[in-house]
Amino acid sequence: MGVLQMDSVTDLTVRQIGRTASQVMQKTVEVTAASNIGRDLGIDSLTLMNIVMELEDTFELSIPLDRLADVETVGDLAALINDLRVRA
Amino acid sequence: MSLLDKHEAYRSAYQAIRDTGADPFNVRFEAVNSPSEGVLNGKPMILLGTNNYLGLTFDESCISASSEALNRFGTGTTGSRIANGSFGGHHELEAAIAKFYGRRHAMTFTTGYQANLGVLSTLVGRGDHLLLDADSHASLYDGSRLGHAEVIRFRHNDPDDLRKRLQRLKGSPGKSLIVAEGIYSMLGDAAPLREFVEVKKEMGAYLLVDEAHSLGVLGEKGRGLAEAQDVEKDVDVIVGTFSKSLGAIGGFCVSDIEGFDVLRVVCRPYMFTASLPPSVVASTLQALHIVQTQPQLRHRLIANAQRLYEGLKTLGFQVGPQCNPIVAVAVPEPGLAVAVWKTLLDKGVYLNLALPPATPDSVPLLRSSVSAAHTPEQIDRVLAVFAEVGEAFGLILSPRQRASARS
Repeated sequence: MGVLQMDSVTDLTVRQIGRTASQVMQKTVEVTAASNIGRDLGIDSLTLMNIVMELEDTFELSIPLDRLADVETVGDLAALINDLRVRA
Repeated sequence: MSLLDKHEAYRSAYQAIRDTGADPFNVRFEAVNSPSEGVLNGKPMILLGTNNYLGLTFDESCISASSEALNRFGTGTTGSRIANGSFGGHHELEAAIAKFYGRRHAMTFTTGYQANLGVLSTLVGRGDHLLLDADSHASLYDGSRLGHAEVIRFRHNDPDDLRKRLQRLKGSPGKSLIVAEGIYSMLGDAAPLREFVEVKKEMGAYLLVDEAHSLGVLGEKGRGLAEAQDVEKDVDVIVGTFSKSLGAIGGFCVSDIEGFDVLRVVCRPYMFTASLPPSVVASTLQALHIVQTQPQLRHRLIANAQRLYEGLKTLGFQVGPQCNPIVAVAVPEPGLAVAVWKTLLDKGVYLNLALPPATPDSVPLLRSSVSAAHTPEQIDRVLAVFAEVGEAFGLILSPRQRASARS
């Protein structure tokens, strides 16, 4: 994949994370790749795990919780998902 | 700037609670007089948040076994079993637990928390998968972080969701361990173990059940949920604690897994901590004997649980989905939950306040645990206080409103 296509894949994943976060938190959550999950979005550890469980179903893949240790921003989470999709 | 600035969100949330004049996470009892009564702020309290299911903390035979061991063997072991050696009581207790569960192997830990840290981090490793129920206790989550397996969470008590997530792992090498609890510590609901066993067999996985809140509580013989649902032979590993129905402290693990004893030299939360003091071992052994010889305690416990659960439900409180000795009342919002909790305390009822993110679905809970030591009169007193406080805070309708809502 070229750089441009890679960017748009990440974009789509970021948008999906926003939709899923809004659904789980039952309010509109505006996200960008740079949004810090805890600090900017106020998402606690349990809510993040609930969002990840929904995303696993949306993307039909396993997102092991141990991989979340390095995830700080929505962009980090999108990159992790895209990485797991490539491997799947 | 403080080293602890990173915890600012929790600090300010805790301060906001304390500003209301309540400190639910730092309750100080002036006296605990029995398994069901204590003194707090100079006032007598009915204790309804102790996990003291069989009321054995003040059992005379447990106390005398414990004090005899204390006098004979001293206050502590001052070291771990691999370094300092075991006392006779450690072996005796492990043999007694193994026999109680009808398993070949048992291993004790210094706390139930450490049992879960130890077992989850060593049963599975790199390349394996750990499937945790979403509502798992913190010790199970922490145990999953101590090890190197991939951790997948499945929807609470949902066998189909578990199956779906295991199917996604098909084709990847490594073993899968499913983790469920006998009774969940927040809502008091039990796991659908029969269905989990079916999924386990279908997918070639292993099953671990944490019977922390169900040992001595469920099953004809008090062995817990696996016994109650008649699936013991299909549960590979059982973990539990001595700190609830057995009235002391400590954790254990039992299994028939081949080569079990290797855990004693690879399981770090077992290896690198001081072992249980002889006095604790002695009272635990006696309490385990009582679990096996006094089923009437279990029957009284269940009757008390029903009295509280049905009573609260009839009053109109939102309780958990199943009747067990953990009875939780949902309150819509954390601030309200703190205020109701404090008012119950002011009126002589002590129970636990559980706030998100420690609760399922981020719902604040007033969490009670019933004991065999409660009298029906104490439970009725609790119900009367709940009715009064619940009406005052608008959690339930008044009797008059209930009557007109019916007509």
